[in-house]
Parts: sequence; C-alpha cells; structure tokens
Amino acid sequence: MKQLDRTELSLLVALPALILAAMVLPSWIVNYVQVSLGMGLVALGVMIQMRAGLVSFGQGLYFCIGGYAAGLAGKYLGISDLFALLLIGILAALIIATTLGFLLRRYREIFYAMLSLAVSMILYGLLSSTEELGSTDGFNLPVPTYLGMAPSGEAARMTLFIITAAVVVASAIALNRLLRSSLGYVNEAIRENELRVEYLGASAHNAVHVTYVIAAVVSSMGGVLWALSLGHVDPEMTNWTTSGSFVFVCILAGTGSIVAPLIGTFLLEILRVYAVEISPNTWQMILGTVMLLTIIFLPKGLWSLLAKSSTAKRFDPEADANTQPGE
Amino acid sequence: MDVILETRDLKRTFGAVVAAHNINIRIHAGEVMGVIGSNGAGKTTFVNMVTGYLPPSSGEILYRGKSMIGLPTRVITRKGIARSFQIPQLFQELTVIDNMLIALTIADNPAPPVFKPAIDRRLEGRAIEALERFGIAQHAHREVGTLAQGIRKLIDIAMATVSDPALLFLDEPTSGVSADEKMEFMGTLIEALKSSDTAVLFIEHDMEIVEAFSPRVVAFYEGTILADGPTAEVLTNDKVREFVIGTEFHRTADTEGVA
Repeated sequence: MKQLDRTELSLLVALPALILAAMVLPSWIVNYVQVSLGMGLVALGVMIQMRAGLVSFGQGLYFCIGGYAAGLAGKYLGISDLFALLLIGILAALIIATTLGFLLRRYREIFYAMLSLAVSMILYGLLSSTEELGSTDGFNLPVPTYLGMAPSGEAARMTLFIITAAVVVASAIALNRLLRSSLGYVNEAIRENELRVEYLGASAHNAVHVTYVIAAVVSSMGGVLWALSLGHVDPEMTNWTTSGSFVFVCILAGTGSIVAPLIGTFLLEILRVYAVEISPNTWQMILGTVMLLTIIFLPKGLWSLLAKSSTAKRFDPEADANTQPGE
Repeated sequence: MDVILETRDLKRTFGAVVAAHNINIRIHAGEVMGVIGSNGAGKTTFVNMVTGYLPPSSGEILYRGKSMIGLPTRVITRKGIARSFQIPQLFQELTVIDNMLIALTIADNPAPPVFKPAIDRRLEGRAIEALERFGIAQHAHREVGTLAQGIRKLIDIAMATVSDPALLFLDEPTSGVSADEKMEFMGTLIEALKSSDTAVLFIEHDMEIVEAFSPRVVAFYEGTILADGPTAEVLTNDKVREFVIGTEFHRTADTEGVA
C-alpha cells in the first residue's frame, strides 16, 4: 500500500507540528502531551479491539508489562537504550499475549471484558506483593540513551519527546492500515455477526487472537514510553482504574478514527487536571459526569462531531477507513 | 453426475430427543433438489450437521469421498459447502456492498492479511457483479438493516455464493417473501445460480415452488427421510401426502397422472 489516506497525512503533518509545539510551549504542557502520547498508544490498543466488538477492561496489563520489562531490563541488565527497551517491552508483550490469547479468543462481550480485567489484576496483585520490585511503590528506570548517545538537560527532554511522538505516529499509521486491511474488515464483521463470519470461511478466533496480540504490542510500547517519560513504574499501571481510563478515553473520543483515542487521552489528562483543581476531593464526580453526558449525547464519542456520514466513501480505496459502520 | 455429498446413517440427538436419524442421502454435482417437511422434521438439523454447525451424534458425512466429521464450519465452507439462512445472517449496520466485500475478502484470504488493504477497485467490481446476478445492485449502497426481507434474503444467498461453492444449502429461501412474489423471487434465484455448476439444496414449505424448481425432492418426517426421488413421485407419495404436505396438494398427480 503506497498511498497515504487523509488520516495518515494528518498524522505525518502532526509530527513536526508536535515537535515545534514542544519547543515553544511551557514544559508542563509538553509533559502532559508526552505522557498522553504514551497512554494514547494503550488507548489505541483498546480501540482496535473495540472495532471487533471486544472491550478490554484489562489493557493496563500490557501497559504495565511494557513499563516493567523496560524497568527490569534497566535495573538488572543495565540496558538504557530506548530502542532496546522498546524491543524488550514488545517481546514480553508478544510472548504473554500470544499465550493468553489462546484463552481470551474464545470469549466475547462481558466475559472477555472480565477475563482481561482478571488477568491484569493478577499481575497487579503479584507486583504489589513483590518487595524486590518495590511492591506498591515500584522502582525507577534509567535515563534513556539513544544508540550510544546520552543527551542531557533540555536536549534529553526533547529527544525523548521527539522519539515518543515519532513512535506514536508510526504506530498510529500502522494501525490505521490495519483498520483498512482484511483483518480490519473481518473484525468489524465479527462485531456484527460472528456466525456469518464462520460461515463465510474465516476463523473469528484467529482474527480475535491476532488483534489481541497487536493491541498488546502497541500497549506495551505505550508502557515503555510512558515509563521512560516519568522515569518510574509501579503496579498502578495495571490496576483496574488505569485500564478503565483507557476504556473511558475510547468512549469519550470514540472509535471512529485512529486519531480519536490519541486526542482523547490528552483531553482526559487535561480534564483530570482541571477536575482535581476545581474539586480536589470529588474530582471523579466531574469525570463521571463527563462520561455520562458523552454517552447520552454523543454515543459515538467526540469524534462523531467531526466524522463524515458518507458510507460510500468508506470503500473508496483512496479515502480513509475512519468512518465506522453506522456512522 | 458425480456424487459430491453422501451421508450415511446420520444421527443427532439432544439428550433424549432424537432430532435426526437414519439420514442417508446422496447429492450430485450441479443438481437442484428441494427438501420438504413440517417444522421439527429435521431439515435444518441435517443442514446444520453437514455444514459443521452441529456435530452428528453418529453416522458419516462424505464430501467428495472424504469424511467431514469434526471439521469446523469455516473449513467446510472453504472446501465448497456454503449455506444461506432462514433468518438472513448479515452485517446489519453495514451497506449491501460492505457485506459483499467482506464476503469476498474472506473468500480470497483464508487468513486475513493484517496490513494488506482489503478493498480495491477490482474487488468492488466483483461485488457489484455478484449483486447484479441477483438483481439487487441498485441497493448496493444502502444499509442492510433498512431493506425488505426478500432483498436481505438475496444478499444472504449472494454472500454464500461468492466462494463459488460446489454445494449450496438454502434454508427456506422464500420465507418472509410475500406469496405473490415468491415465484419471481425463486426464479431470480435459480437463474442466478444456473450459471455455476453449484448443486443447490433448498428447504421449502411452498409445494408449488418445490414443484416448479426442483426435479428431485427429499421429504423429512420426524427426523428421518420419508421419501426421496423425482418431485412428482414424492409429492404424490401417500405417506408424504399424509404426514408432510397434507392431502390437499394433489395438483400434479391429478393433472399429469403421475403415480
């Protein structure tokens, strides 16, 4: 596939724009963007599963696996290279997701949601009770290096931001292509009518398994980048509240476009900041109210305000794959 | 004609209930046959067993001489046995062409490629062509859920045929279609399928449809085959008239004198 669709072009334009913005914006905003980008990858993992009708309430599992894999590689192997840490995080997620996928591929709806949650909470329990890994406090990660280079000060901050943004944009483009691929279409078909998918000759189990593994890999990359941004990991990464926030993002932003969860993650971070500012003890109520209003008035998320309703466009190979069925 | 499907003493039970038993049938390449029987006679159970949805309790299913027992639905579909459903099984929120494109994509790719684009102009052309065969291309860009039952039935069948199956089961294709449109509907359907060498087995309750479109009929009663043979012969069989179609239906026998 050589041609870029509108979404991919937008993402490519967004990359230099993000980098330029990072140079001029206050550092606290840049930090939020950077953290949001890492978490946005996890939300993308949730989103591609949602396109198959599967809601993962335990995506924090792979967010945490990525972060801890990088942290452990730094702590015990002395590895600080960002690319090597990314690779280690991906491999860890790949192995675990491929194994767990054989179980999860058989379940749908609430059972899939609860099973994914259960697995993530097992890891939470294990990490919380492992003193060698700092139990609930977690532990710190090394300052990342880049193929032997070790920038310092502002250069280090910008380098990490640029690489994080580049990895997120590249991943988002890859996932956008996944939505346009045969697997992407089969996933939509699974959400609509799994019986028919089987009677057309495709394995819904295999499609769900592959999607689950891809979502895990993307989420683990988010975990590595997020952990390196903060320089710290702890079991909260796989707690149900963290996993819930990724689902929240997908509901808030919608699953109509690959860009939506990325923007949604940033909006959630900003919303959380202001909610805490406004009401320090009951900020969750503000988030809950926003969630409620979104579900009532924008059931397909904020993105549906922007989405075009032309279904025919969907099948123009030169158009993008962002309009979901029914939009 | 070559035998493409043969069942031997096929049986399916649900606890103490015997839904189908002693099903012995041979289906030949390219033939059109009707299956009749009252509700609960075992017709759909038979189709479900042959297409892998229900595993038989005992017996054998041979497709081109090879056993199909234990194979999952998708594998059986890929080997060349397809089906449509009494209640059309479609992707309701998608457009008609969407449904066809998904069917074609799956037919072309046993394991869906992860990053290869699913849709191209050539595939769209094939989808439209398939819809034209069934006379429903004008609905291509409409959402399936908004269409009439008869059109949804045709889409359901069109989707089942994209893999060019050797054997196609149609489960009550005219149910839900108004009485005065049934003949035309079935005519469109059989005409569309005529261009291929697909053997068609259709379950039907309307005896006029059966008489008009199938040279051979199998009658089911209480989970087993009561009669199997040329249509005129089966429809005038005393037991079939008594237990399956009722004594009112005797037009063929009376007018043509077939015993």
